Amino acid sequence: MGNKQTVFTREQLEAYQDNPFRQRIAQVFSEDGDGHMTLDNFLDMFSVMSEMAPRDLKAYYAFKIYDFNNDDSICAWDLEQTVTRLTRGELSAEEVSLVCEKVLDEADGDHDGRLSLEDFQNMILRAPDFLSTFHIRI
Amino acid sequence: MAHKPELGAPQMAARTSVACSQLQFPGDRSRRKTSKKQTSKAEGTSGRHRAQSGQKEEAGGNLRPGSPRRKQSERRRRQEELGEQKRSPAGRNLEGRRKRDGKASFRGQRVPPEKEKEVPKEETWKQLKKHRSTSLASSASGGESLSEEELTWILEQVEEKKKLIATMRNKPWPMAKKLTELREAQAFVEKYEGALGKGKGKRLYAYRMLMAKKWVKFKRDFGNFKTQCIPWEMKIKDIESHFGSSVASYFIFLRWMYGVNLVLFGLIFGLIIIPEVLMGMPYGSIPRKTVPRAEEEKAMDFSVLWDFEGYIKYSALFYGYYNNQRTIGWLRYRLPMAYFMVGVSVFGYSLMIVIRSMASNTQGSTSEGENDNFTFSFKMFTSWDYLIGNSETADNKYASITTSFKESIVDEQESNKEENIHLTRFLRVLANFLIICCLCGSGYLIYFVVKRSQEFSKMQNVSWYERNEVEIVMSLLGMFCPPLFETIAALENYHPRIGLKWQLGRIFALFLGNLYTFLLALMDDVHLKLSNEDTVKNITHWTLFNYYNSSGWNESVPRPPLHPADVPRGSCWETAVGIEFMRLTVSDMLVTYITILLGDFLRACFVRFMNYCWCWDLEAGFPSYAEFDISGNVLGLIFNQGMIWMGSFYAPGLVGVNVLRLLTSMYFQCWAVMSSNVPHERVFKASRSNNFYMGLLLLVLFLSLLPVAYTIMSLPPSFDCGPFSGKNRMYDVIQETIENDFPTFLGKIFAFLANPGLIIPAILLMFLAIYYLNSVSKSLARANAQLRKKIQALREVEKSHKSVKGSAMVKDSGYTLKGSSKNATQFQLTKEGTTLHSSSQSQTPDQKAQGPGTSSSAGRTSLSTTKHIPVSPPPRDSGQPLPQTHPWRSASGKSARRPPPDN
Repeated sequence: MGNKQTVFTREQLEAYQDNPFRQRIAQVFSEDGDGHMTLDNFLDMFSVMSEMAPRDLKAYYAFKIYDFNNDDSICAWDLEQTVTRLTRGELSAEEVSLVCEKVLDEADGDHDGRLSLEDFQNMILRAPDFLSTFHIRI
Repeated sequence: MAHKPELGAPQMAARTSVACSQLQFPGDRSRRKTSKKQTSKAEGTSGRHRAQSGQKEEAGGNLRPGSPRRKQSERRRRQEELGEQKRSPAGRNLEGRRKRDGKASFRGQRVPPEKEKEVPKEETWKQLKKHRSTSLASSASGGESLSEEELTWILEQVEEKKKLIATMRNKPWPMAKKLTELREAQAFVEKYEGALGKGKGKRLYAYRMLMAKKWVKFKRDFGNFKTQCIPWEMKIKDIESHFGSSVASYFIFLRWMYGVNLVLFGLIFGLIIIPEVLMGMPYGSIPRKTVPRAEEEKAMDFSVLWDFEGYIKYSALFYGYYNNQRTIGWLRYRLPMAYFMVGVSVFGYSLMIVIRSMASNTQGSTSEGENDNFTFSFKMFTSWDYLIGNSETADNKYASITTSFKESIVDEQESNKEENIHLTRFLRVLANFLIICCLCGSGYLIYFVVKRSQEFSKMQNVSWYERNEVEIVMSLLGMFCPPLFETIAALENYHPRIGLKWQLGRIFALFLGNLYTFLLALMDDVHLKLSNEDTVKNITHWTLFNYYNSSGWNESVPRPPLHPADVPRGSCWETAVGIEFMRLTVSDMLVTYITILLGDFLRACFVRFMNYCWCWDLEAGFPSYAEFDISGNVLGLIFNQGMIWMGSFYAPGLVGVNVLRLLTSMYFQCWAVMSSNVPHERVFKASRSNNFYMGLLLLVLFLSLLPVAYTIMSLPPSFDCGPFSGKNRMYDVIQETIENDFPTFLGKIFAFLANPGLIIPAILLMFLAIYYLNSVSKSLARANAQLRKKIQALREVEKSHKSVKGSAMVKDSGYTLKGSSKNATQFQLTKEGTTLHSSSQSQTPDQKAQGPGTSSSAGRTSLSTTKHIPVSPPPRDSGQPLPQTHPWRSASGKSARRPPPDN
């Protein structure tokens, strides 16, 4: 497979979409985590983000996308990042921390202060809109 | 403890065989039957092996007594394992394989299922090749037949590979890996499946595989073709990506409605209108099919036709045109019967399709009951619509997410705030009072207008406005009341979500009230016409009598029959009702289009082009662009459909008009949305409200069924028009058919069935059945909730195990689990948890009970986790092959199965 020539850069991705997580998506699907995607990575991305992709697979990759520091759990810092990106920083610091606290409160099954993949899946698979919103169309 | 795995083994075997039969390899079904048996047997033995090895390890190397042969092999295996442990982890398995291959004894191979899962995929493959070559050699030398064990082993492998192919999509692997894995698995399956058959079977098998491949390809092509055939898919997707899924949901609903109407159109046109046009008496042959003399000169004027009078009124589009002949044409088609049955089946089909789509909608969202626990999490993780590809939409989405966060923060902080509760209450009561006033006023207005229109209809030359007053007033009410309601609702200070529900409910009530007032007024009209019918009947009779018996005509020549246009006739209330609905539909359509043109398009043009020379920013400021009003549009569509259902019995052409309407509005609204609307600020969730719309549609269907059923059951049909003329009631046509066309005993049976003594018990029985089913479903829901709780508890136990195991693994010098594989294990286990079977239910309590106890030492903990795996494997990828198909699982299983390093 031509995995050396075709590189899909972050800038191109940025120009394409207004998704607040576009960089994360690029990083998660790129091989070395720097956001530069080969054709294979690109295909991976669209196979995961397609309408046909199974729920569990989507949940797995959603977890990776929201896990900003790649430590295999979503901690408070990751949550803060997510909120800030979602609201473009329009919430005050207290509000952000309150939201993060609430999220941890709701979804953290074992009360260890961070969301593991298991917690995340347990939560996300019940979300009514997850499947309908977590896909990308070219 | 020791017998647990044994308990798991037969279960697993059974499940595997089920999975085998589920595997979709069309074309070798007959083969499957035999192979299934074999496999399950094989699974049974392998499962037992695993169980034994588990026991053995638990006992710390104590071999259990067995057959000497097995004992030997297990001892050898044991030695190998011990030897392997000394080697480096990477090369270990491979070398073990080689050693065993070098011995080329098959007994060594019999145990592998246990070992296989420890081996990474590539190695298995290499080993397989090697093994194959040796076995080929042996089979070449030793004759055709492969040994039983080899066969089962290969069979297992093949099944595994097949399963891998089937579940490939679920794996979080990069594409390249998936591709290589898939190719390998496919090649393997292709190669070995053929080898299992003997002689002739091989060729047959190859042929079958070829056909299966072709079939798969064909199915895929056909699937693509089907997707391409879905009408307006591209348009809707385009809208979806610009406006989010909520606006698209309206268009999907519209498309669905179009499909339903198309079916109704096919029914009505195919079974009523076309037979009538082809085989019925032609226009002008009898009075009911002729324009009366008085109307004749104006009958072709456009203004008359536009009101559905003149030639259109006396055409096959309306009830009155049909003749009451029992059969028409050389086919002896029973038109009145067909008319009645189609009228019934229109409702039957609609009911069925609405309920079916409701059911399928609810099936999609099973776990809706407990969403309330995760408000913030859902907002955080699922509120962003990844489909959005438009910066404007994205801006709005950001804004709406921010507001929703703020809203829930406020809700959270001040859930018990409620300042000045009296004022709020007062305002709410006031608002409801105002709205009820509005509703009553609009109802009275419609009643008044309909009454007036009846007077107008008696007068001679009335103006255009007076003729169309009813429709205009109804449309205006529909246009102006919803914004008025919204303004009043601002008083109430509800949460927007609740406010939206109220708003929808109010608009629904308005529409419904208007429709029913309209119907009541129409019913008055109908009764009036019915009371006049007798006099008209007499007049007709006397006219004909006088005509034929008048003096001054040559008696020898029979008089030519009176020209049908000259025969006096009744008012035919059915056609009048049909025309009323037809007009309402058309005017509704026109008002919708004009609203879109004026309200959306012209406004957008004004805002866009006058912005250059205006004193404030028009785009951001006051007029701005219009939003797409989803709820209003959906409600409009639903009520329109209600009118179609009501009117289609009396105006068969109405469905045709509606199909045209939906078609044009699809294109027109798509264009209008894309050209002149902006995305929403407040997001109206599509996934939830879909069934809400369907529920409304069902309600409207029921409500529109009532008047039609009433008219059919209790009003006498007109005496001189329509397919049921001359009968006492419309449904007499069924009795007539039963009496004349069926054998007498069937008639007797029907008469017996219609006996109230039988009907009342039947209804009672139905009620009992409903009650019973309801209680059953309730108890099932309770059981479901309990199971969910159990899963939750199990999950927590699992998790505590894992944390202990994780620490044990760090100690384990041979292996360091990578984070990803650990996660994957958890992922797998979650899946197991959610698909927990009731069969394994009995085991959960003692697992829970054992939980804290077993977590004391690392070794015992790992044993208890191994136990979980055979107990509740997910039914999707069933038992045995799991170890090989899931590398992460094998990693954990391996570490779990190994005896603690200290021993």
